[in-house]
Amino acid sequence: MDDMNQKFTSRTWPESPEKTTLEGKNKFLGFWLFLGGETVLFASLFATYLALKDSVPSSDHYLAADMFALPLVFIMTMLLLTSSLTSVYAMYHMKNHNYQKMQTWLLLTVLLGAAFLGFEIYEFYHYVHDYNHTFTSSAFGSAFYTLVGFHGAHVVVGLGWFILLLVRNAKRGLNLYNAPKFFVASLYWHFIDVVWVFIFTVVYLMGMVG
Amino acid sequence: MATHESTSANPKVNYEYRRRKARDEMRMQVTSFATMIFMTFIAFIVVIADFDKYYAFPVLLLLAGAQVVLQLYYFMHMSHKGHGTAALFLYSGALIAFITVLTFLTIVWW
Repeated sequence: MDDMNQKFTSRTWPESPEKTTLEGKNKFLGFWLFLGGETVLFASLFATYLALKDSVPSSDHYLAADMFALPLVFIMTMLLLTSSLTSVYAMYHMKNHNYQKMQTWLLLTVLLGAAFLGFEIYEFYHYVHDYNHTFTSSAFGSAFYTLVGFHGAHVVVGLGWFILLLVRNAKRGLNLYNAPKFFVASLYWHFIDVVWVFIFTVVYLMGMVG
Repeated sequence: MATHESTSANPKVNYEYRRRKARDEMRMQVTSFATMIFMTFIAFIVVIADFDKYYAFPVLLLLAGAQVVLQLYYFMHMSHKGHGTAALFLYSGALIAFITVLTFLTIVWW
């Protein structure tokens, strides 16, 4: 354990701090296995959505092309994509052992992610109140909210994860104990963006085309 | 164990080399970000232009695929060495994902 709390400077900091300790190596590998599982999970939700898209009980229900609006999806996409870049910047500073800059960029990532979440909540509220499109209104509604909501829940978890790490390690400084933690959390955040790329393409863009 | 990377006979040179390498990589990351933004714009334009879905769908899916590759290989560092097992895990997941989506789509189409 004294190994893990060893103090480093930017000159003594290892080149791959996330994989220098055995725990870090295991975390890295285990996390990629988890991401493989997440891929399957989201695939089943995408498959269900594609099978049930626009399946409504009667013609007075709104369909995908009636509800989705490009500007909102565009803003959300830009926010999440930019938050992916800011977390890359955070990991760049982590590798250079610049703790303060890493914290700043992660904070920026959290703010962008929170803004994304705000838009998503507005979006759901809008569909429920203006279009009567709810979780139980149709098979289409159930599939839509399960897929997009599951992604939103991942955003919530990602934000909570970053915030917990930032708070818990606020005064600890960067060492081999927390470097793998920050690294793995940023991998998770990128994966959330990967899933969003498919959501904005398959659900929104393809949904608006036809 | 913290010393395994200090392979250079001159640690100062090693340090400066690493700094430069990291900076170059960061530049590459910004380039791939710009590319992703550009591809997103194209995807939205394809929808605004109101193409027939038989033209639009393949283009949209191709753009999404390319964007995800950039995200995985640059932002998530899969292009770095030591990611063989990580790639195995992810591609196994992606294979099952593809089969799942294919199965569900064929169920509703026939």
